Amino acid sequence: MLFRDLSFSLTGGRSLLLQGANGSGKTSLLRILAGFLPAERGRVELKTDGIIREPEMATHYVGHKDGIKAQFTVSENLRFWGSYFGSGSSQRDIPHLDDVLARFNLRELREIPSNLLSAGQKRRLCLARLLVAQRHLWLLDEPSHALDRDSQALLADVMKDHLDGGGMVIATTHIPLGLEFDTNLVLGEELPPT
Amino acid sequence: MSAFFTLIRRDLRLAWRNNGALVTSLGFYLIVIAILPLGLGPDLNLLARLAPGLLWVALLLSALLTLDRLFHNDFEDGSLELIVLGPLPLELVCFAKSLSHWISSSLPLALLAPGLGLLLNLDANAYWVLTLTTFVGTPAISFIGAIGAALTIGLRQGGPLLALIVLPLYVPVLVFGVSAINAVIVGPNSFWASFSILCAITLASMVLAPLAAAAGLRLNVQ
Repeated sequence: MLFRDLSFSLTGGRSLLLQGANGSGKTSLLRILAGFLPAERGRVELKTDGIIREPEMATHYVGHKDGIKAQFTVSENLRFWGSYFGSGSSQRDIPHLDDVLARFNLRELREIPSNLLSAGQKRRLCLARLLVAQRHLWLLDEPSHALDRDSQALLADVMKDHLDGGGMVIATTHIPLGLEFDTNLVLGEELPPT
Repeated sequence: MSAFFTLIRRDLRLAWRNNGALVTSLGFYLIVIAILPLGLGPDLNLLARLAPGLLWVALLLSALLTLDRLFHNDFEDGSLELIVLGPLPLELVCFAKSLSHWISSSLPLALLAPGLGLLLNLDANAYWVLTLTTFVGTPAISFIGAIGAALTIGLRQGGPLLALIVLPLYVPVLVFGVSAINAVIVGPNSFWASFSILCAITLASMVLAPLAAAAGLRLNVQ
């Protein structure tokens, strides 16, 4: 068992940093929160405007894999995620694709096939997905992986904006993300005897 | 509902960019049918008698070549778990992906089948019914195949296992597809009996198979 008796809550505008050694269950916890993995016991509750939501409708998940189609260009990838995630939810201000591309310094690359991107550029494209559709909770698993210093600062900015807009961020990282997290949760500490 | 069509459009576009898989599958179908007369000998009557069954069996085998791509690529690059997090229920995701597999991979095989009938000396009266049965039967191939594709998604060499899971499920499609053609060529049964059952199998698979495929995906996307 990775962890038990784990309980925490997060309100709008707050952020949580998951810490722990390799294999301590950070990714597993994120995947439970996203609804991929069933928890042995217990539950995850997500409320927006007082209504309990399915995690499918209110979370962005950034995992180890980028989820980028090599056959598509940068803008095609982003446009698909925008229209796929954007449908079904009542959104008033969907940001323009060009603005999102510009924000992540991808505008010059927009017509480039994704298989030609470097690892860091792919990561930026993957993170750009966070902005093409609005979701309250961001689950970020090592989001700064492969990013250079400037892009890391950019990511910190984007997360800050999201928190200022009332969103929530739960992240795991080994590299400082340049953001003051409100809460720290350290996994993998000695479990008390039963 | 727009997410549903967005997903279909994306899968069709991906299939178009990746058309190597389709060419392989069509080429396999062609080559299998082309070498059969070499193995069976030049007896035209024998070939004509065997043609409906051979055309259907080879079509099923060719369809298997593209089936393992149905979910596997999306699983490998992480798109699948993001699609799962999207607004569409997993059952509808499976329906959309099976439907685009039919359009992009199985339907071209069905369109090729009458042309290949020439190589096997298929009875001249049977071309329209071959076209009709493959057109009606191939959706079942894609939808039932999605169950196998979902179950074998995490395996490195999923293809052979996929064939073992899926081919037995294709037996009803094969039996009624072939018997509808034979009813027209030799009789004495009515064509409509077999054809109606084939339609029923396809409709049932379109409703039930996405439920099973979704359950398989839930097991594998963890």
